[in-house]
Amino acid sequence: MEFIQAVMDYAFLQKALVTSVMVGIICGVIGSFIILRGMSLMGDAISHAVLPGVALSYIFGLNFFFGAVISGLVAALGIGYVSQNSRIKNDAAIGIMFSTFFALGIILITMVKSSSDLYHILFGNVLAVRSSDMWITFFIGVFILIIVFAFFKELLVSSFDPTMSQAYGLPNKVIHYLIMTLLTLVTVASLQTVGIVLVVAMLITPASTAYLLTNRLSIMISLAVIFGTLSSIIGLYYSYIYNLASGATIVVVSTIFFLIAFVFSPKQGVLWNKLRAHKQRVLSR
Amino acid sequence: MEIIKVKDLAVSYMGNPALVDLSVELESGRLIGIVGPNGAGKSTFMKALLELTPKDRGEVEVFHEPVKKNKKRIAYVPQRSNIDWTFPITVIDTVLLGTYPLLGLFRRPGKKEKAWAYECLKRVGMEAYAKRQIGELSGGQQQRVFMARALAQKPQLYLLDEPFVGIDMASEEVIVQILKELKGEGKTVVVVHHDLSKVEKYFDDLVLLNKTIIKAGSVHEVFTREYIMQAYEAEFQFQSFLQEETFQQSGHAEQM
Repeated sequence: MEFIQAVMDYAFLQKALVTSVMVGIICGVIGSFIILRGMSLMGDAISHAVLPGVALSYIFGLNFFFGAVISGLVAALGIGYVSQNSRIKNDAAIGIMFSTFFALGIILITMVKSSSDLYHILFGNVLAVRSSDMWITFFIGVFILIIVFAFFKELLVSSFDPTMSQAYGLPNKVIHYLIMTLLTLVTVASLQTVGIVLVVAMLITPASTAYLLTNRLSIMISLAVIFGTLSSIIGLYYSYIYNLASGATIVVVSTIFFLIAFVFSPKQGVLWNKLRAHKQRVLSR
Repeated sequence: MEIIKVKDLAVSYMGNPALVDLSVELESGRLIGIVGPNGAGKSTFMKALLELTPKDRGEVEVFHEPVKKNKKRIAYVPQRSNIDWTFPITVIDTVLLGTYPLLGLFRRPGKKEKAWAYECLKRVGMEAYAKRQIGELSGGQQQRVFMARALAQKPQLYLLDEPFVGIDMASEEVIVQILKELKGEGKTVVVVHHDLSKVEKYFDDLVLLNKTIIKAGSVHEVFTREYIMQAYEAEFQFQSFLQEETFQQSGHAEQM
């Protein structure tokens, strides 16, 4: 109750709440595709790789949106280039690229800004969300939802059976880089709430929770959105009440949802699987 | 009339030639088998037809045009091993994917497409499983679902890569029956196949392949001892080489 009253009273808390919910929604949508395409590590990499772009935008006085998208995409292209043109495997290429970009970003940011700015970019500072940030998140969110809605068919078939989609003429590479672009946008939108370091958790954890609960992609995305949103609200609540780091609290809440599904999911849960196995043993005795 | 025309095709992987100087014409309205030893490039040939693998040189024409223009009129059933069986998709939605090529961008499958997908599922005898997740089925059932997906695309040309590997006899019979019906409807069906024992029962035409065309034509023309020996020659030699090796080794053992 105290929290609701505070939300009513304080504009900064309203902005924090609205932004967190929006981030929960878009992370659930994009995260579902990321985990189904086996790109979780890539998601982690791209979110870290936006850092030098953020720093450079600051140096040139641009909105960090532009720098972040460019640097995220350059990293994605770099990863693809290294793994396709050498014997380096994809995960190693990802490791090299993202740590390099991240390191460059840290150097640039500490050169031009204070270390507390770095801290906020890395870990988020949802209570300091400005109106302009909130609007950026909003427009990014709308853009992402439109793209996913418009190309849902193509995203589905290229994620499930890339051979088929290529065989009937879909440009799989273009779709891959489209998802990379959306990923950098999600990262930019999430900078304020969970920060660069923990974006990947918001992408992967709610989507994974949903993945354990359904056999249909559209339902999985809806559930991921619900878990992402609930995690944001509940996380923000505890972070405000107990004065905890907001991004980290949101992530921990999403993990609790995941653990519940992991144990109790009717089809995939550990508990029912154990029970079923036990029953089998008893019956076969 | 020929439906597929390949001229001087060459494909290589990492500098190793997979297909060399391959030229062949396949007749339309036939059930065509592609047969050859392991590593002969059968799957590569099929992928090259669809531009799924880059070619070093050569020309591929389907329906008298470059493949690019007609990809939507070709249904491809790849080997089952490349599919993520835990993907959250039901059997009926998998079949529905077959309607996507004809829908094009921005149009979604509606009632008409769903009814059609269900009909295709019925044709392979899998309608009772419509709501199941795709990974819950047996290998043969999964292959029937993928056959239904190919049907849903309403193509002129079917390309199937080793469709009978690791599936039960009942499913194999269902699929073979449908392939024969499709031929009756004037469609062309090309199947990569490795089991020589059923070649005469299944196919009208045969392409005997080992990096290049050994012989192509009607089954009774191609499926002769002479050509088979020629295609599988390397494999026979390798086997006799292995036998000699074993013999020599045991010889050494006796000496010691």
